[in-house]
Amino acid sequence: MATEVLVPLAGNIWVVLVNVGDEVEEDDELLVIEALKMENPVYAPCDGTVTEIRVKKGDVVEDDDVLMIIEES
Amino acid sequence: MVFFDNMGLLALTPGMVFMWIIGLSLIYLAITRQYEPLLLLPIGFGILITNLPLSYLMEPGEGLIWRFYHYGIEWEIIPPLIFLGLGALTDFGALLAQPRLIFLGAAAQVGVYVTFFIAYAMGFSLEEAATIGIIGGADGPTTIYLAAKLAPQLLGACAVAAYSYMALVPLIMPPIMKLLTTDAERKIRMKKGRKVTAREKVIFPLIATMVIILLVPASAPLIGMFMLGNLFRESKVVERLNETAQNSLMNIVTIFLGISIGATMNAEIFLRKEVIFIFFLGLFAFMISTASGILLAKFMNLFTSNKINPLVGAAGVSAVPMAARVVQKVGASADKNNYLLMFAMGPNIAGVIGTVIAAGIFISILQ
Repeated sequence: MATEVLVPLAGNIWVVLVNVGDEVEEDDELLVIEALKMENPVYAPCDGTVTEIRVKKGDVVEDDDVLMIIEES
Repeated sequence: MVFFDNMGLLALTPGMVFMWIIGLSLIYLAITRQYEPLLLLPIGFGILITNLPLSYLMEPGEGLIWRFYHYGIEWEIIPPLIFLGLGALTDFGALLAQPRLIFLGAAAQVGVYVTFFIAYAMGFSLEEAATIGIIGGADGPTTIYLAAKLAPQLLGACAVAAYSYMALVPLIMPPIMKLLTTDAERKIRMKKGRKVTAREKVIFPLIATMVIILLVPASAPLIGMFMLGNLFRESKVVERLNETAQNSLMNIVTIFLGISIGATMNAEIFLRKEVIFIFFLGLFAFMISTASGILLAKFMNLFTSNKINPLVGAAGVSAVPMAARVVQKVGASADKNNYLLMFAMGPNIAGVIGTVIAAGIFISILQ
């Protein structure tokens, strides 16, 4: 099943820590969103494989935008 | 012989040397720990230079820094200009998305009033007590503005207390936040507020200006400038003014503000036992304000199913945005997938306005 990872708070993408095809476990750090000069990590909601990444470093993201898609294993 | 008579070394007192240590310590903390460096560095230098004898930098009518102080702070020009910049930097979106969080910013003024009464009971005059209490609002320019109006002799001590405690927010607040909340409360995830339109953001500063100044006219200089700055920002048509207000102008007035405040702290004025009480009472005010925001959030939760994470109440002490960042950190330490930062910005900004209103009320009652 494909799970969408949504933006938990608006900000800029500070760094993306995974690539398409990576295996991730629940609670692994996927990327970091910078908001109000603070780095906020976003964690994997489930175990699985990253099948699509829709953002890159520097992108401005709004609440509930889709960051990436994880195919649950 | 005239040269020796005019040499500062002979006029030096132990108190002045003690003030050097304070000034140099602030400069040290600003440089090595980066505690509010934009303010504590010029303040520290101001303290140092004003305690070099016979420099006459603060001599009324002729001293260089006296002129900065007189025309900038006594004439009440610098704090409102800082508010212009703060308004241009402020996004009211978080507040407008969840207007009920305004109450948390108001609750955090409790520390201001409790401390006001305690300081008065301890023998400070009403004007001095008000100035000490306002430290609990954790807002530098408001503290300076009120002190210049009501109790100029306390200005330096109150300003340094306010800026020091703001720098120490990450140390002062978390123990209180953890003490007053349960683990389950810290894990509460809040529902996102509604989307705020660009039109609402333009209309808000206009309405807020009218409502607040009609109710508390004495807050007009600070609120007026704050909302004008915000209108620069949200109108999107005066980008040059917006940019100047939040960067160049703010930086320029910060230089004059810092050195002037530092220079008010000469040994005679500063080295009195009242100053120790001021630091103690200021810290107390700060802690009560943190606690009252949290407690009101818990109280509001009794009446709503859309629960508020009580940690965001702590952000009602202004200290923008440090207090909101601390809320985010404490929240994330209970549940790392909980993002409270933007929710905390609502009470945080409401806290700034609340402190200005509290100061306005003091001015209208006491002047």
